[in-house]
Amino acid sequence: MGRRVDRHRPALIDAPPRWLRPALLVVSVAFLALFYAWPVGTLLAQVADRSAISKVFGREALRQVVWFTCWQAVVSTAATLVVGLGPAYLLARWGFPGRRLLVAVVTVPFLLPTVVVGAAFSALLPDAWLGTASAVIIAHVFFNVAVVVRLVGTVWSQLPPDLVHAARTLGATPWQATREVTLPLLRPSITAAAMITFLFTFTSFGVVQILGGPAHATIEVEIARRATQLGDVGGAAVLSVLQLLILALLLVVAGRTRRSTEVPLRRVERLRPRTVRTRLGVTAAVVATAALMAAPLVALVTSSLRPGGQWSLTAWRTLGNDRGVRPGAALGVDPLASIATSLRFAVVATVISVVVGALASLAIAGARRRGRLLDVGVMLPLGTSAVTIGFGMLITFDHAPVDWRGAWWLVPLGHSLVAVPFVVRAVLPVLRARPEAWLDAAATLGASPLRRWWEIDVRLIRRPLVTGAGFAAAISLGEFGATTFLTRTGNETLPIAIGRLLGRAGDIPRAQASALSVVLAAVTVAVLIAVDAVGDSGRDRSGSR
Amino acid sequence: MKRSSATRSAVAVAVTLLVLTACGGSDAGDTAATGSVAPSTAAITLVTYGSFPTADTSLNAALQSFTARTGIGVTIVQAGDAGTMVSKAVLTAGNPEGDVMWGVDNTLLSRAVDGGIFEPYTSPELSAIDPGLTALVPGGEVTPVDFGDVCINFDIAWFADRGIEPPATLDDLIDPTYADLLVVENPASSSPGLAFLLATIAQYGPDGWQDYWAALRDNGVQVVDSWDSAYYEQFSGSSGKGPRPLVVSYASSPPAEVIYADPPRTDAPTASMDASCFRQVEFAGVLRGTDHEAEARLLVDFLAGAEFQQEVALNLFVWPARTDVTLPPEFTTYASVVADPLTVAPADIAANREAWVDAWTDTVLR
Amino acid sequence: MLEVRGVVVVFGDRTVLDHVDLDVSDGEVVALQGPSGAGKSTLLRVIAGLLVPQAGTVCADGVDVTSLPPHRRGVGMVFQDEQLFPHRDVGQNVEFGLRMQHRPKPERAARVAELLELVGLPGVERRSVTSLSGGEAKRVALARSLAPAPPVLLLDEPLTGLDRELHDRLADDLARVLRATRTTALMVTHDADEAARVADRIVSLTTP
Repeated sequence: MGRRVDRHRPALIDAPPRWLRPALLVVSVAFLALFYAWPVGTLLAQVADRSAISKVFGREALRQVVWFTCWQAVVSTAATLVVGLGPAYLLARWGFPGRRLLVAVVTVPFLLPTVVVGAAFSALLPDAWLGTASAVIIAHVFFNVAVVVRLVGTVWSQLPPDLVHAARTLGATPWQATREVTLPLLRPSITAAAMITFLFTFTSFGVVQILGGPAHATIEVEIARRATQLGDVGGAAVLSVLQLLILALLLVVAGRTRRSTEVPLRRVERLRPRTVRTRLGVTAAVVATAALMAAPLVALVTSSLRPGGQWSLTAWRTLGNDRGVRPGAALGVDPLASIATSLRFAVVATVISVVVGALASLAIAGARRRGRLLDVGVMLPLGTSAVTIGFGMLITFDHAPVDWRGAWWLVPLGHSLVAVPFVVRAVLPVLRARPEAWLDAAATLGASPLRRWWEIDVRLIRRPLVTGAGFAAAISLGEFGATTFLTRTGNETLPIAIGRLLGRAGDIPRAQASALSVVLAAVTVAVLIAVDAVGDSGRDRSGSR
Repeated sequence: MKRSSATRSAVAVAVTLLVLTACGGSDAGDTAATGSVAPSTAAITLVTYGSFPTADTSLNAALQSFTARTGIGVTIVQAGDAGTMVSKAVLTAGNPEGDVMWGVDNTLLSRAVDGGIFEPYTSPELSAIDPGLTALVPGGEVTPVDFGDVCINFDIAWFADRGIEPPATLDDLIDPTYADLLVVENPASSSPGLAFLLATIAQYGPDGWQDYWAALRDNGVQVVDSWDSAYYEQFSGSSGKGPRPLVVSYASSPPAEVIYADPPRTDAPTASMDASCFRQVEFAGVLRGTDHEAEARLLVDFLAGAEFQQEVALNLFVWPARTDVTLPPEFTTYASVVADPLTVAPADIAANREAWVDAWTDTVLR
Repeated sequence: MLEVRGVVVVFGDRTVLDHVDLDVSDGEVVALQGPSGAGKSTLLRVIAGLLVPQAGTVCADGVDVTSLPPHRRGVGMVFQDEQLFPHRDVGQNVEFGLRMQHRPKPERAARVAELLELVGLPGVERRSVTSLSGGEAKRVALARSLAPAPPVLLLDEPLTGLDRELHDRLADDLARVLRATRTTALMVTHDADEAARVADRIVSLTTP
């Protein structure tokens, strides 16, 4: 019956097969070593000398920056969890028309370039809030709700509802059942979402820059200022190490939680609102979620349609064809080419992330102690300043046989460094929750060790891999983080074109930047819906096998 | 069924890995091939800042005509903002990312020159360039290609509606009449912000500028982190319709407001305050360590030549460095070149930049 | 006493329960039989309050509980696949309902021990539920549902999937325990022999 699960038994039956484990480890470790550890190490070796260290630590402002970075990240993460669990529940457990669209709408803020959302936010928030920590935290929540919805939602949608029903028939109120049963069972995925949100907000750059005002700087902002405005790459690298150390310390402390429980996940039908009350409730929740998450998008659409304070289609009409704008003063934006470039990067970044992320997850789940090390290793790029990775690649891949500086794929590869942790965080909880008895069952059915691993673990991770793929595509399309400091050749991606337009004075460039942001949001929604559809069809196939 | 789909997935993974490897291999190969095998049709790389358009403008068309004439292909590499670009170039000095750099300005020039990123070159086009600009590079490391002034812009209608004279001097800005009207950028994170700080240092001297900023602070100056926050969110003269009628922007912003107005207009909604202007000069140069020095020099000549200089005004919203170029009418109608802009020697900027920014932060933000 | 009157449940275009009536007297144990798809489990869910019927009423102890949420009905339920909370040990599972009633700790501990004794598993409080055998898990699930002493207990195929010997022993135990606690019970089962062993009365539900 597959009931007996004993974590401490000798590993006679285990996945992946012993001989395969090194191979799994090698790919992901090699990826990290080549594209992360080597560049970052090279940069540190070159610029982080004693004088850079003493200069950074000699500054009074440092303590203030470190303190702000830490507390805003903690508060932002907590607030994101509180706010995000509602939509996560709604979207994981309830089926309603337009559900997939709403998933995409909730995800869009996460992948829009920070400049764009920051600008939309500063238009929405009351003036008195701008430049305050509250504005930063609100924007962080808005950004990262998608992380909670996606990571927690995946597990929530597979949590047997009868566990909650059991609690209810034992006298638990809805809130008690949530607190006593649902939340503890969701804890591994909540922890994963919290970790990622924390990493993001801790290393936040664009949001802090735009909404925090000059009085609030995170370590990441300080790193960028040093490296680019002051030309102090050494100081920036030292700060980058400091940032990584603080993060590592906090994550180790946070990671000292009890071992997670195995949850018997399985496919669960989504609830349909049937009664008047549930219909009203779901409708209200859908409308509220959509309204809150879409408000900045609506602001963007509006600003694209009101260039000079009057309604006008000029920005859209002139996007990519400059008739109507003064001849000779073209803005040089080709939306179709930018979309093509963005999509190409997204596809490559997604493929790399899914392959590396899947292999890394399988290796981590299979290996025991060494697996934990790799688990930490894949998270490191998320906590490392983009400047450090970008500049490191620049001075590392500069000679044969690794002269890759002009290579276009270095950009999507940079995206995948940031995306791999998402894939791993989505996949690992599912692998870890897989009862070992399933392997026993497969073994007794005559499956070889390789076959067992393939049929059970590899198949099991398809659904979470789709979640991870969605993240990877979104990250690549929104292009934040590492690639800001990678050099780009040839065509511009959408976010780069938006950034260039935002740097121009005048009604039309501004409205075109908004219009192009709307295009980016639309492209992203389409990609996410497609990814989710692929995932659902995959799930149906595996469900019917 | 099971087996075949499993096999298919395995093949897919394997193929993906192969393709990835192949991408890496072939790209590296291409670079090597163009570098050594076919010098007659060399492609060279122009490293520039992110606001330089990569395609579809008359600026890019001009570059194509350079290729048509010389057979030298030009690839544009966007290296981030100007500060990032220079930091990268200093890191890779001697083994550069490209062959020519466009866009290092006088606030970054000393850092770039001291970092040894340029191969000195005296272009024959230099004779046509404003001598006031060439004087900034006595060592001939780079060639001036354009300039622009960072000035306070004001919202003409705002002042007219209230019957208040717009401020005319930096001293006016600390007058209570103009309390709470000015928004500036943080010099620690924004290039126009730094330029305006330098303007005040040029005006009030190394001993007086902090007192001036203390007075500005007491008069309600607002500081934001970036030019687009200042211009679009806080400034009342832009389409953002913010609350403040005075902003640190560029002398070319009023012409841009006319050129890109929607609906079209014939008068500028904004104007710049001449007495506040700091001159930013941009340079182009051959990057030290290039494998294509001859071609790189030709490109610098072209960038400083009349054909390309003709295009910079409307595409980069700067003034050409050449004196023999006809300006577009908007640049003469809605803006003018300030006769005696404020300026600080590049070497002084490089030496004091961090200390000045720190002192500014202490004075204004703390 | 449990009274079900005119309950209708429709899923999409499929009518699962069509005007079902049912009475269970105080202390009576009724077995509910019927072919697959007859809506046996659905009826239990309606009675437990986990599913809102399109029509009909459910009364417990003469009180109409149709619109009460599950935790205020005093209706306990043993689920088909136990649904033990994997993140809590055996003792914590059994005391769950008592904690919901805010009973003091010593009382809870005593009650847990009493019930584990009753289901024949004394002293397993600290064991992980994932280490239980099939029969043990079913006993723990029964103990957990009985702990808060619900006036009405629903059992959804509580003995399915056990071997014959264990099944028979457990069926006798179940009958004994239900009588000992004087619980009003409604049990879904496929097994006529099991129904006979445990129940006072057998009711059949036919496909509508």
